[in-house]
Parts: sequence; structure tokens; C-alpha cells
Amino acid sequence: MKLKPLGGEIWTKPFKVLLLLAVIAGIFIIRRFIFGLGAVTHLNDGYPWGMWIVYDVVTGTAIACGGYAMAILVYIFNRGKYHPLVRSALLASLFGYTLAGVSIVLDVGRYWQLHNVFMPGYYNPHSVMFEVASCIALYIFVMWVEFSPAFAEQMKREKLHNFLNKIMFIFLGLGVLLPTMHQSSLGSLIIVAGEKLSPLFQTMWIPLLFLITAILMGYSMVIVESILSSVGFKRPIESNILARLSRLIPFLLVIFLIIRFADIIIRGEIGLMFSFNLASIMFIIETILFLIPMVILFSEKNRGRSQMLFISAVLMILAGALYRFDVFIVVFNPGHGYHYFPAFQEIMITVGIIAMEIMGYLIFVKRLPVFPEVKHA
Amino acid sequence: MNIERRDFFKILSIGALTAAGSKSVQARDWQYTGRPPKAPALLYDSTLCIGCKACEVGCKKANGLDLDHSDLEKTFGVSNTWDCADDLDTNSWLKIKLYKNGDASVKDRETDGFAFMRSACMHCVEPDCQSVCPTSALLKDPETGIVSWDVDACCGCRYCQVACPFAIPKFEYEKAFPKIEKCFLCEHRLAEGQITGCSEACPTGATLFGEYETILAEAKRRLAVKEGDTYDYPVHTLESGVTKPRPAAKYINHVYGEKDGGGTQYIVLSAVPFSKLGLPKLPEHSSSSKSEALQHGLYQGLIAPIVLFGGLAAAAFRNVRQEEKEERRAQDEA
Amino acid sequence: MSTVLNYLSKQGHVPENPEIRGVSRRDFLKFCTITAASLGLPLGMADAIAKAVTSKSRPPVIWLHFQECTGCTESLLRATHPTVENLILDLISLDYSETLMAGAGHQAEDALHKSVAENEGKFILVVEGSIPLKDDGIYCKIGGKTALSILNEVAPKAAAIVAIGSCASWGGVQSSYPNPTGAVGVDAIVKDKPVINLPGCPASPYNLLSTVLYYLTLKKLPELDRKGRPKFAYGRLVHENCERRPHFDAGRFANQFGDDGHKQGWCLYKLGCKGPETHANCPVQLYGDVGSNAWPVGTGHPCFGCTEKGVGFEKPLHQQASVFTATPPALFPDINQDKGSGFTAGAALVVGAAAGAAAVSGMKVSKALKETDAEPPADKQQEV
Repeated sequence: MKLKPLGGEIWTKPFKVLLLLAVIAGIFIIRRFIFGLGAVTHLNDGYPWGMWIVYDVVTGTAIACGGYAMAILVYIFNRGKYHPLVRSALLASLFGYTLAGVSIVLDVGRYWQLHNVFMPGYYNPHSVMFEVASCIALYIFVMWVEFSPAFAEQMKREKLHNFLNKIMFIFLGLGVLLPTMHQSSLGSLIIVAGEKLSPLFQTMWIPLLFLITAILMGYSMVIVESILSSVGFKRPIESNILARLSRLIPFLLVIFLIIRFADIIIRGEIGLMFSFNLASIMFIIETILFLIPMVILFSEKNRGRSQMLFISAVLMILAGALYRFDVFIVVFNPGHGYHYFPAFQEIMITVGIIAMEIMGYLIFVKRLPVFPEVKHA
Repeated sequence: MNIERRDFFKILSIGALTAAGSKSVQARDWQYTGRPPKAPALLYDSTLCIGCKACEVGCKKANGLDLDHSDLEKTFGVSNTWDCADDLDTNSWLKIKLYKNGDASVKDRETDGFAFMRSACMHCVEPDCQSVCPTSALLKDPETGIVSWDVDACCGCRYCQVACPFAIPKFEYEKAFPKIEKCFLCEHRLAEGQITGCSEACPTGATLFGEYETILAEAKRRLAVKEGDTYDYPVHTLESGVTKPRPAAKYINHVYGEKDGGGTQYIVLSAVPFSKLGLPKLPEHSSSSKSEALQHGLYQGLIAPIVLFGGLAAAAFRNVRQEEKEERRAQDEA
Repeated sequence: MSTVLNYLSKQGHVPENPEIRGVSRRDFLKFCTITAASLGLPLGMADAIAKAVTSKSRPPVIWLHFQECTGCTESLLRATHPTVENLILDLISLDYSETLMAGAGHQAEDALHKSVAENEGKFILVVEGSIPLKDDGIYCKIGGKTALSILNEVAPKAAAIVAIGSCASWGGVQSSYPNPTGAVGVDAIVKDKPVINLPGCPASPYNLLSTVLYYLTLKKLPELDRKGRPKFAYGRLVHENCERRPHFDAGRFANQFGDDGHKQGWCLYKLGCKGPETHANCPVQLYGDVGSNAWPVGTGHPCFGCTEKGVGFEKPLHQQASVFTATPPALFPDINQDKGSGFTAGAALVVGAAAGAAAVSGMKVSKALKETDAEPPADKQQEV
């Protein structure tokens, strides 16, 4: 199997639209640094974490778990047949995480002291945030190393490429370990909020639930991304591999739902599901969103149809994203009369960051060996 | 090179020290210390509060805070009030809030009544904010128990705001170089032997300052008084000598903060349920004690991650090698 | 003022003679307008008041004194703008008043009986002083009759009853513990008739004047609060209109008489001011017509609570007030005061547009996929 740059024009019309969105976001970002967070966001003392943390970081990195999820399959469980998907998945993850890192710098109020998180004398190992921050920072570095062979190949640096390949196992190990740690810890972040979150969502099992959904969203994203780039770049859909890959999803979903419901039932809080307040309604919507892809993908026939694959993968991502939004914003209730809905400029910055991710992805796949060469019949 | 290995490391660590902003290299590794025996503490008795907001003024004066104006004026259809924050904020570290029900005709009654609540930092015994702060900016003093904030440490992540069960830490969203603000129990005044600005200003003794243990004993004494019996309520401090006799209210038989959420150094008495006053019903230990137990369990001595990493790296090593072999074989065949 | 004057002149309600009953025309109109305002009536009502005041029919008034100090009458006599004693005496037909009538003894008694009999159902009864009930009410007798029996005799024939002063309103100072005479107010005895309480020690004369004018003008009684007091005068707490209120809000209290805070005119709450639990218009109406600060708090003494049953004569003078209102103008944020910005049009637009774009492109892709699914692709089979 040989990977090859797709080639083609970079300066396309969609690219220009994306650039425009990124420039708008850039202007708002400048505003944020001059006038403070309040000038561009609706963040407040009750909802200190809004769109940027919950979408760009918590949800964005979960969606960007494609690289992680594929690495588990390919390098840990040695399923070499999925190899064609690995580098493109990694690339998407790379941009997802890197821009999540950028979002954190935008979001923290005292960014010039952000390094204190890692500084001896300041760091606090008791904090879940310490672990999340360290793991994400390290993982971003690990991913660039994991992706670096692409540069070496493109620049024809054989020696460097060989060296990278030799040490790669360390980074592959880290590349699985770190997301396992921080994707679960992104869930643990909210345990300390205690009573602010409905018992339907607040649980000591939340790290495991977050981890499973992150892996699920990773696989789903690999499917969506693969299908989208096939459609977009007019390449054949790798439906065979995707169908095999998607077999995992319903099984993981069953495990997820069993843990989630068993935990709620054991804690004796299942009655809350039928109280039809905000928490209960969101919980029901989530459960339905999780159930649909599970039911669709249990059928082998559906797994063979790329349309069904696409729909269920999208729903899976939506379910996981909704779960994260619910936990951190929608169901999260700090009391004292606070409410929150992201501001226009706040959303535009997130949109711009997504645009940057896609732009980076487009440039890289066109100029670097990411996708396997298509053997035309 | 005749620098010994040992010296070399010394130099390295000095470099790290400088890099860390000349702060102590030792991690600020804190532990829950419980309530220091002589900890300064506050007792707020909602039934004594008359809502005069003298404490708010005393607080602002003691800490040099600006006046506030908010949408509250619009809510009440007035303008140009003297000071009117709609909740605690970076300029108002203490706020008298109102619980109101029905026609609000009788004080300290749950239905058709009203009651005041003094909202301010509770100085928890197991502060969630300290536990979650990734830069150790919020720290509970082991001697005074005051939870204070370090301007040189904070990175502004606002995890403390997510964690605090009482919604106390406030962040300057409107500033380019924002800070976290909250009540620091007039640390500077205590150091000079004075009492807090709020307790000094309070005309009725609703805010009472003292050592935790004597303050708690006073709270328990009040709970023991029969409703309607006259009780000499001390003003400012227990030792001030000023007392205001008045009939005791019908207290709820609970000292909020004795055990709630692991306990606090600011305790509250009330005649209406505490949950109505914005004091959530909390278990006997803080939420952070739970999440810390989880984190410490998972990451004790980093053993689990290291073992996992070993396994993962080994698997990756084997699989990559195998892949390379196969690739080479394929090339050879070609 | 001149516009009101012009208006009234045009309406023809201002007497031709500018000097009516010794009051200049200008002062008279001023009085009518101020009365309308203090009654909470629209400005146009000054017209109706002027009409009522100048009408020929004067309602008979019978003024009874029981256990009291005559302070209310005295304060009434000292009302000066405009010379109210003239107005009130000419306005009404004061048929019986032990203090003001020239006659005495049996002559006076006769006048009372005659007036009661003649004006049955028409006269206004003003009661000053409390009524002792203990030991069959022997502690207050006039002409050999107990206060109780006089009241029981006169009250049923009155059109309306006004209890002036704290004593008549609920017993006042005589009723404070241990209440040796068993003193009660008028409304404890007269149950079948409206009793208007005008408490105060002494009651503000303008509150009586306004009540009477209200009745004359509108031929009905003013709106009363739960304690039977006209709302126009007793609707608000002393605390709400107090000139020292800003000091209260700013936490500046006098701690003892003569200290710095007291000298600077700070809030007297800590000295036991009952303003926060006492309903009266003292800070607005003031006393004695001598200008600003002429009321207890203005002179540096805490409000005593004389208009509030259960406060005045009952709570110790320097005990801090306890019952507070929680309604505006006291500005308190609710425990859960609404905060934070919600949905804005811009944000909604972006979310809508993003969701729409995502849904449309998702559906497009999905459709495209359906087509590729439909035609068995050659390369797909090759790959297998």
C-alpha cells in the first residue's frame, strides 16, 4: 500500500469561503484579546465554560479521536487491513487537537500564565485539569511526531524516515495511552461540580462513559471523513473496510448504554428519567440518538450500504456531542439565576476555528502523502 | 569538563527555579487540614439580618472596591442607586440577597414570607476550588483556613467557578487582563488585629466574627433557645460587650456549614430552609474529595499509566516490526 | 400654581371674594391643591375640594374626649397653613367639643344630646382618647357617665367615626403593659360602623383635615389599611421617606447620642429607630409648620413608632426595630436573580445557518451515497 498526495488546486472556491470565515474569526479573536472575554462571549460567572471549551475542546477532541481509535485497532490489536484509513484519521485528529489547544489559549483569561499549569511550584496534581492539560499538550506533540513520516516521505528524507519508524512505537504507545487518560478525564472534570448536574448525568462512571463515547465518535468520524473525502475528491468509497469497522460501533454502544443505565438504576435515580424536566428530556433525546445508530448498524445489510453507514455515523457523532453539551452546558445548572447561550462572535470564532481545521486538512491531503494511491482498474 | 554530575544537576535545577518565576521549586502540595483550631470564622444569623447592607458597605470600604451598577435597577424601575450589584461580582464580594414568597408579609417565614441571605465565600474546609485549580492559585491557608488567590499563579481557566458549590469565585470577563475575585476574609485586617469589615459594620450582630469553635458554640446555643424567649445577641464579636436582646426566632435546627460539603468556616443559621437561601443541600464531603479519590485511585504513583504504556508500546513495537517485515517481503517479492 | 388658579377661575369655582373666611384667595387655592395632592387625588380634584369647602352645608361634628391628654386637639389648633382652625371650624359645624366650646356643665351636655338627636345618621363623630373597660369603665367619667356608655350612646347614631390619636386608635399609652384601666381603642367597641384610625401621638392635624375633606368632597371614606388607617397618610413606612435613609443604605449609623455619627445626622437605626416598622407620613408632612427637620428623626431622636400598634408604647424605646419590608424601594437581588445573556438574534442566525448548511450538505451526501449504493460499483467488488 502506497500513500500519495492527492494533488490538485488548493485555492478553490470552498477554500476561499473557509478563509473568509477564518478571517472573521481572526478579527473577533483580536477583539477578545483587546477587550476581554466579555466583549465577544456570553460567558458568565455561572457558566464559565461555554462554546469554546465545550465544543472546541471537549467535543472537538472527542470527534478528533479518529486517530486514537484507529491506532488502537491497527497498532494494538494488529488489524492491518485498516491501515489505509490511519493516516487520514490521524491528520484530522491532529488538526482537531491542535486547534483545541488554540481554543484553550483563547479561553483562559490569564493566558500569559498558562504555562504555570506545568510549572513546578504551581502545578496541582490533585486537579483533573492538570492531567487533562498535560495529556492534551503531550498528545498534540505526539501526534505531530506520529504524522512526521508524511513530511519525511514528501521531502524524500529516507534516513529521517527510517529513524522515525524505529522510535515510532514509543509514540504509538503514547498516542493510545494519552487519549485514554484525557478523554476519560474530560468526563471527570465535571464530577467536582457535584449537585450542579442532574443525577441522571452526574456519576462516578462518567470518565468511562466519556471514554467509550469518545472512541465511538472517533470511529464514526473516520467513517464520515472517509466517505466525505471519497465523495469530495471523487475517490471510490472504501465501503468494505468501513463496513467491517462499523461492526464495532453497535457493540461499544451496547456496553455504553448498559453501563449508563445500570449505574443510574443502581443509584436509584432512574425515576428522574420520567420527570420530563430539562435533564430528563435531554437524557431521553440522547438515548434515542444513541439507539438509532446501534439499531441500524446491528444489521449487516445496513453496514454494507454507505448511506446507512454515513447516517448512523453522523447520528453517533451528534449523540456524543449532545452528551458533552448536556453535561457541560444544557443540563449543567449553577443555580443563582445564571443562564447562558453563546454569543454571535463566540460562535463565529468556533466556526472560524473549524474552518481552519478543514483548510489545514485540505492543504495537507493535497500536498502530503495521506491517502492511499487509487489503483484504477 | 570538571563539573561533577551532581553539580551539573544543581545548575539545571537552579535554571528551572528561575524559569518558574523564582517561586519555590517544591510543588505546593497541600492536603486537607480540617479546620485549624483558631481559625477565624463568621456566623451569619439570617433571622437577625435587617437587610440594611451595611456589611456590603463595610466590605467595600475594607477592601477598596468600586461601586456597582447592574440590571437590578432596571428590574425595580429605578435609577442612580448608590450601589446595586445583582449578585456577587468582582466588585461585590459580599451581597445581601432576598428570598421572597407570596406576599412576603412576614420575615423569616417560608410561605408568604421573606428572609435575607448574606452571600459570600464560605471558606470551605475541603475547598473544591483549591482542589481543581491547575496552577494552585487558590490555596487554603493551613493556619487561618482562609482561601486566597495568587495573582501570579492563576491562568484564568475558571475551573474554580465550575467547581464551587456556592458560585463564589468571580471573574473579570470585561477586562483584557482579568482577575479572580472573592472574599478573602479581610486577611489584611486580621493581620492588624482587626475584625472583618462586614462584621464590624453589622448593626444587629447578624454577621458575627470569632474563632470557629466559639462561633459554632454560639450557634448551637441559639438553636437551644426556645422560640420567642429573649436572647442577648452579641454584636460584631462575642467579646465586643455589645449585645442586643431580642426574642429568638424559630430556627431550623441545623448549623449550615458545620458539616455540609465537608464543612465551612462561614456558618449560617436561618428560619427558612437553607436551600431557599441559595445554599445547596450538600453531602458531608466535598465533591472534590470524590473526584480526587477517583484520580488518585487511577493514577496512584502513575503506576497504572506506566504499566498501560508499557503494554501499548510493546504491542505497537511488535506490530510495527511485523508490518515492516511484511512490507519488505512484499518489496522483495516485487 | 397660576395655571391651576386660572383653571379654577374659568370653572367658576373660586369664590368672587378673594378673602374667604380670612384666607387669601391664593392661599385658599394653594390649600385645596396641596390637600388634593396629599390625598393622592388628581390635580383636577382641587376644584372639587374648593367646591366642597365653600358649600353652605356644613356637616355637624361631635368631638368626644376620653382618656387622653388633649394633645391631638392642641396640635390641631397649631396647624397654620392656611389658618386651619378657622377653616375646620367654619367648614364643619362643631356642635360639641369639651375643649373648644364656651359652654360647660349641663349646658354643654344638653348641646350634645340635642345635636345627636337632631343630626342622627348625619354627624361625624371624632373620638380622642381611649376607653377604659376594666371595673365597668369607672376610670373615666364625664358628667357621671362612663366613657363606654357615652360612646355606646353616641356612636350608633353617627354617620362615620374618626378615632384621632393613638389612644383612640388602639388604646395608646394607657393600654401599654400592664394596662391598669383596661384601655382599648374605639374600633374594639364599635363593630358595626367604619372607624377611621388616625394614630399618632399626637396625630398629624393634616391627616384629620385631609380625611374630613376627603369625606366632604367624595362623600365616601378614604381607603383604609389593615389597621383602619387611611392609606393616603399611612401607606408607607417612615423608613421609606426618611431623609436619613441614604445613611442607612450606606451603613452609616449613630452609635450613641452625641457621637460623631449622631452629630453628622447619620441613621438612627442602632439607637432604636422604629421607622422601618412604622407606617406614617411624618417625614413628608412634618410637624408644626416650621419648616424642614421638624419631626422626631429630623431633630435627632429615633422614631418612636407612635402610629403603629404593637410598636409605639410597647417596644422599648431603644430596642432595634425588627420587622422589615422587603419590597421596593429597598433593592435586594433575589436569591436567584436572573443573570447572563441569552439567545441573541445573531447567535440564533449563526446556529440556524450552521445547522441548516450541515443538514443540507449531509442530505446531499446521503443522496449521493444512495445513488452509489444503488449501482454496484465495479471497483468495490474488485477490492474484495
